[in-house]
Amino acid sequence: MSVADLDPVVVGIIIVMALLTYLTKVGGLWLLGHVEPSDRVDAGLSVLPGAVVVAIVGPELVAGGPSAWLGGAAVVLLSRKTGSLLAAMVGGIGVLLAVRAVV
Amino acid sequence: MTSDSDGRGAVTFSAAGAREGFRRCLPVAAGVGGYGLVFGVVARQAGLSTAEAALMSATVFAGAAQLIAVELWADPIPVVAVLTTVAVVNARYVLMGAALRPWFARLGLREAYGSMFFLIDETWALAMGDLTEGSGRGAFLLGSGVAVWLFWVAATVVGASVGAAIGDPSQYGLDFVLPAIFLAIATELWDGKATLLPWAVAFLVAVVTADVFPGRWYILAGGIAGSLVEVIRVSR
Repeated sequence: MSVADLDPVVVGIIIVMALLTYLTKVGGLWLLGHVEPSDRVDAGLSVLPGAVVVAIVGPELVAGGPSAWLGGAAVVLLSRKTGSLLAAMVGGIGVLLAVRAVV
Repeated sequence: MTSDSDGRGAVTFSAAGAREGFRRCLPVAAGVGGYGLVFGVVARQAGLSTAEAALMSATVFAGAAQLIAVELWADPIPVVAVLTTVAVVNARYVLMGAALRPWFARLGLREAYGSMFFLIDETWALAMGDLTEGSGRGAFLLGSGVAVWLFWVAATVVGASVGAAIGDPSQYGLDFVLPAIFLAIATELWDGKATLLPWAVAFLVAVVTADVFPGRWYILAGGIAGSLVEVIRVSR
């Protein structure tokens, strides 16, 4: 696969992803002229991204074993302490590799 | 949503307003560039070419959705799972767009709907702050979005080029990059104790579903279950 490769199927999927995303972005602007979102809808949609992210990492962490658990804990700690994505990632991967080397 | 009293004066769509948005968003844009680098690397590892990764960043322009898409990416591409998950994780933009409506409803259609392409968490937060203060800068979102877009696309290209040069990813712990970045995103999304119950439910449902059903449906199952718990909690 070369750097400039553009697979027509992949391009098609990307374009549909882009359209879907754009529809959600203009959706509120358009929709609110027609209906007012209730508190329930508001609460459900607000919590959705976090819940999806947790659902992604949950099974991966469970299956990952002690190295992933300790690495994950390091990511959360560093992310909270430093607020830096880079520090959190480098630290987490460092812990993961260290544990993998030992276990 | 927004109360009627704050910042509802005249709204204009000017080059000066866009420039102000661009300038104020630059530091944020540089930070988002960090995510762009990671996205480029993992997109390349997932089998996308540099051009495809750049195309995705340039047209989709939604960080979390793109990272989740490449996380799901496989051969053959699970099209339905990718598209459904993208739509679900982006559903929050409906709310954010709705919050901007008091100002954007007074702009021209092309200005309003064109600007909304640049709506992401970071530009939304900055633009809401600016508009609520009564600046009347309707082009602020566009300007700040352009700043992030430039960093996002450029960082994707750099990341994808680096990603192509890396051999076995697990050797450097790179198989942990996506879990790590999702954990970092979760840490940022954490909104105090109220988040605990929906997240715990999302976690449990995802783990059980992953065990029982093939494929990646556990992501949607966990995400929607967590969201439903919050809806029930609010309804009571």
